[in-house]
Amino acid sequence: MSRNGGEGMSTSELIGADPGWLILVKGVLIFVICVVATLLSIWAERRIVARMQVRIGPNRVGKFGLLQSLADGVKLALKEDLIPKAADRIVFVIAPIISATTCFMAFAVIPMTGKVSLFGHSTAMQLTDLPVGVLYVLAIASVGVYGIVLAGWSSGSTYPLLGGLRSSAQVISYEVAMGLSLVAVFIYAGSMSTSSIVEAQNKWWFGVVLFPSFIIYVISMVGETNRAPFDLAEAEGELVGGFHTEYSSLKFALFFLAEYVNMVVVSSLATTLFLGGYHALPGLGFTETWLGGWFTMVWFFAKVILFFFLFVWLRGTLPRLRYDQFMQFGWKVLIPVSLIWIMIVSTLRVMSQQGAPRFVIIAFTFGVLLLVFAGTSLFERAKEQRKKEDKESLKAFPAPSFPVPLLTPQLSIGTEEIND
Amino acid sequence: MHSLFAQSLQAGSTATPEAVQFWILAPLAVLAALGMLLVKKAVHSALLLAWVMITLAILYIAQGALFLGIVQVVVYTGAVMMLFLFILMLVGVDSSDSLIENIKGQRPAAIAAAIGIVGLLLSLISRATLNHPATGIDAINANGNVQGLANELFTKYVWAFEVVSALLITAALGSMVLAHSQKPRNRTSQRDQSIARFRGESLAHAAGLPGSGVYALHNAVDVPALGPDGQPSQASISKVLEARGDMIASKPFELTEIEEEEK
Repeated sequence: MSRNGGEGMSTSELIGADPGWLILVKGVLIFVICVVATLLSIWAERRIVARMQVRIGPNRVGKFGLLQSLADGVKLALKEDLIPKAADRIVFVIAPIISATTCFMAFAVIPMTGKVSLFGHSTAMQLTDLPVGVLYVLAIASVGVYGIVLAGWSSGSTYPLLGGLRSSAQVISYEVAMGLSLVAVFIYAGSMSTSSIVEAQNKWWFGVVLFPSFIIYVISMVGETNRAPFDLAEAEGELVGGFHTEYSSLKFALFFLAEYVNMVVVSSLATTLFLGGYHALPGLGFTETWLGGWFTMVWFFAKVILFFFLFVWLRGTLPRLRYDQFMQFGWKVLIPVSLIWIMIVSTLRVMSQQGAPRFVIIAFTFGVLLLVFAGTSLFERAKEQRKKEDKESLKAFPAPSFPVPLLTPQLSIGTEEIND
Repeated sequence: MHSLFAQSLQAGSTATPEAVQFWILAPLAVLAALGMLLVKKAVHSALLLAWVMITLAILYIAQGALFLGIVQVVVYTGAVMMLFLFILMLVGVDSSDSLIENIKGQRPAAIAAAIGIVGLLLSLISRATLNHPATGIDAINANGNVQGLANELFTKYVWAFEVVSALLITAALGSMVLAHSQKPRNRTSQRDQSIARFRGESLAHAAGLPGSGVYALHNAVDVPALGPDGQPSQASISKVLEARGDMIASKPFELTEIEEEEK
């Protein structure tokens, strides 16, 4: 392979011309980025959650406590490694390995920069570019869940089994919503390759154009990574630790690592698909050529960190969902809404491709909006009706006959009187 | 790279990287397939099936059918996951095959059927592939693998596609109708429970049921709490434990008796 100029080449051609050693270097770089990101994000999460709970958080090991997760990691690795007697030994060992390897694999198709020069070669910071890159991430993710399900099953214990079962049910229902949310992106980008999707967002980010898809993806990516409020698979309040109750030492560390790398992966996928990937903020396009193109990486990771903060914020804010509500939300809200949204998007797309006059498109959009408003107002009315009926039905149960505080204040009592 | 594979296929030989890949993956796939039949635990069998599917997917990808390979992983890992759930729900968490023959003559019949199917498949596949070098992958992939597949699927085979989708939807609806039985009574919601607690006959349990082992000097889940009258409270124990007969008498754990012993 000769050194190429890379003028006017698409990202896939650019990456396709990489020599073997460069691919190796990139692979190692991705691994290093993921591991360092994990160490930093554990620290960041603890500090941010601490702030949200008016605490200080880890601040002893290293400057600002930055080395805390490293110290914890070393300590964890040196702990005793237990395998329960009732466990299925082979599967018990394989499960964390599946979890930890698959999460790194998904990162291979994420474009982190535009065209840059690495050791004199013109290339892009993306290990490989597949025409079906996004589907590849989905496939890897669905293999990764096996780690959790198998860990749950092989532990030979009740709580882990329940956690594993919850996780598989979660995957079966939320992966559908996730896949559907991506369809609109595919339709607009005309491609399933991550690099062309980023290139298609030159002007408008899909997060703006396809806002409902964006919301659905963000919700289902939280479910995908087993994070609060969707962390039913580990639910420490109900299932002790869920699928990893019986795990200790390095095997537990692998699950821990997988969770955080997964968070980085889904955040980067969200960045790639909806927030323009490595592109700069609108109006700051000139920064993309800084540092010979390497500055795009700053934009990319700024967006990833934004999503990461969202994860932590959710964890600090929302309580865990009840299991049946969680399933209901997935099947009865997310999936139908995304199906309807895909129909609208594809109709609009076909109309504009077939050269429909502008007023037809505007009329269609208004029609859809009208239907949505009509639907929501009907829904609200039904909800109010239900509330009323509920109140009526409560009359069948008389209040108990001994004194209870009044629900509605009949008299306004001054606080001074109470204090007397 | 794909065109390289295609060319070598046309020439009837196999490119070295592909050959290396094949000789690594194919034995693994065959071993896993055999293992799937031979292992005792149903879950292990399902896992090996997943492994076979993934190796097949990698082979597809190497042959230039990228989309097919990825979809194979997505669809079959989901399918195997379902299988997994079926095993757990129908067979039990850690059951293994019994080797006792229940139906007379089942084993020879099964062996005969297996040999027949293998013969059938061998003859069919060999007739379709031997001396018929695979051609045309380049022509189909000219506008991209996915686009080519979509073109075929939504023009030439659109009828078959729609029929299959109708079949699948019917199957899904059918299974839902069959599985969705009328409930004998409405499930009590949190609201119903709350009404029963505060507007029911008494407010005795308004603050929640007593926990197990209260006043009994032992807080294990199977020790009933003692009421103010010294009687064990049934409400403090899970109904499951009671039905299983796993309840322990709380008498030995009563405060007074132990104090008397100490005296």
